[in-house]
Amino acid sequence: MAEQLQLETTLAKSAAASTFRDRAAERWRGRKKGWQLYVLMILPFAYLMIFRYYPMLGAQIAFRDFNVVGGIWGSPWAGFKHFTRFVNSYMFGRVMSNTLILSFYQLVASFPLPILLALSLNYLPSRRYRKTVQMVTYAPHFISLVVLVGLMIQLLAMRNGPVNNLIELLGGQRQNFLGNPDAFRHLYVWSTVWQTLGYSSIIYIATLTAIAPELHEAAIVDGATIMQRIRHIDIPGILPTAVILLILSTGRVLEIGFEKAYLLQNPLNLRTSEIIQTFVYKQGLLAPIPQFSYAAAIGLFRAVIGLALLLTVNAISRRVSESSLW
Amino acid sequence: MATITKYTTQDKVFNVVNTAIVSLFFFVVLAPLVYVLAASFSDALAVIQGRVWFWPVDFNVEGYRAVFRHPRIMSGFANSFFYMGVGTIVNVTLTVLAAYPLSRKDFVDKNFFMALFVFTFMFNGGLIPTYLLVRSLGMLDTRAALIFPLAIGAWNVIITRTYFQQTIPSELLEAAQMDGCKDFRFLWSVVLPLSGPIIAVITLFYAVQHWNQFFQALIYLRDESKYPLQLILREILVENQVAAEMTDMDIESMLLRQQLRELLKYSLIIVASAPMLLLYPFIQKYFVKGIMIGSLKG
Repeated sequence: MAEQLQLETTLAKSAAASTFRDRAAERWRGRKKGWQLYVLMILPFAYLMIFRYYPMLGAQIAFRDFNVVGGIWGSPWAGFKHFTRFVNSYMFGRVMSNTLILSFYQLVASFPLPILLALSLNYLPSRRYRKTVQMVTYAPHFISLVVLVGLMIQLLAMRNGPVNNLIELLGGQRQNFLGNPDAFRHLYVWSTVWQTLGYSSIIYIATLTAIAPELHEAAIVDGATIMQRIRHIDIPGILPTAVILLILSTGRVLEIGFEKAYLLQNPLNLRTSEIIQTFVYKQGLLAPIPQFSYAAAIGLFRAVIGLALLLTVNAISRRVSESSLW
Repeated sequence: MATITKYTTQDKVFNVVNTAIVSLFFFVVLAPLVYVLAASFSDALAVIQGRVWFWPVDFNVEGYRAVFRHPRIMSGFANSFFYMGVGTIVNVTLTVLAAYPLSRKDFVDKNFFMALFVFTFMFNGGLIPTYLLVRSLGMLDTRAALIFPLAIGAWNVIITRTYFQQTIPSELLEAAQMDGCKDFRFLWSVVLPLSGPIIAVITLFYAVQHWNQFFQALIYLRDESKYPLQLILREILVENQVAAEMTDMDIESMLLRQQLRELLKYSLIIVASAPMLLLYPFIQKYFVKGIMIGSLKG
């Protein structure tokens, strides 16, 4: 009892000693001693300020009526005019629902398959076959989106693409996949799955190899089948990783790629292929009279929703599963 | 798993089903690639008539000859190599400069700078403000516009920092400091020589990003002589599509040219992807490592 009291007084004393001022002085000493670290940081810091943070201030253009003379800082204020215009425009419903449907479709479709591939590869009896499959399934990740879309156009071409050739060979009708608004989402999502499947499985394969081998050995001694080992050892083992990745992709779901949607777009499939990002690009940069403020407002609208989504998903996950991003 | 040789009956069934599943994945990923490769070495007419599947028909290299004779494709190649080379050097230099101080426990304002990087994950100014910035810096339609706006990827900074934290023992720093070695020299002569794998990883990541980059060029460049390969590819592979499908030409020479143009697309897909596909098996073991480092929370 007495000892504990003594300990507490010592602690209190030392806490009192390191007052705020002392700590500040210590920090300054640390900065002086490590000045070279700050010098190293100058260029990266300048980059962040100019190319990442200044545009955040520039986003105020969404609340102004941009004109060339005034620029970002001098154009007259317009309040929420551009936001209300977007929300009330006939495009709003279509662009929003296209973005959301496409995003969540992709999220759901591309989550489970890499896990299945990783589990399958993990139990493949032939090591050489496993290496080959890994090598080949990673490769599409390195193909550019332009090439991917070019590839899709060649494969799916109505007149002489191999897919349609095959359909005809099997007695079906040739389909215009690329010009069909009902096919756009499936093409978009499943081509992403094709491209990212192998690469996304890397992390699961690595997690599976990190599972303690004793668990498997014990299970084998107890006569567990491979299926049982997958269910009771492997799946619990990769679950935390899967949850983190799912949070990450749910939080970023609205950042769905502009490039592929834009490349796959054509006048025939616009009904489903116009998403927020392509709409912003067209309004802001492609239009004969660029509407910078209007386009910036739409972009900001998306960014704010995206940020809110990320924070919400992270908070929920922290409460439910103790896995969170920060 | 390779050590286990005794399978139960159930496991034997599992192995058969499992091998079938993997083979299905394998086929689905591989088939389009093999088809394109086969078509690129085939005769144009055979491709158009749909006689090519997974093996070249009437083997020839006309498509490749057309690719290498196409002046705009060659200029796109040259430009892309330039953007990739210079851009990656800038990227890697700045990333290491940022990552090293962030890896140091005694860097007083570490958390502040770290937060600056992490916040860029969550929020950005958006397309229009960034475009207006590049415009007001006078970088519109310059090569600099493809290099500086994306000079640092925050994610790469974080994995590089984590690598430094894990592989450079603090005793090494303390010993060096005892001998009067300052931070610049420590970074240059101790940290960098120990960081081969991570430099390889981020170099690969950045190089692939530059090679495949198309959006930046689309919005910032007007002058066609500066176009990277991806923009040229878009014109040939994507935009030509509608025109080729809609116009019906029946003059014989036009038809031949039309056929060659179709064949060229297949060869072009192969040639344009080759640099990255050839590069990656060499660095494969490194990037698996890179992904794992990135997955650790730091």
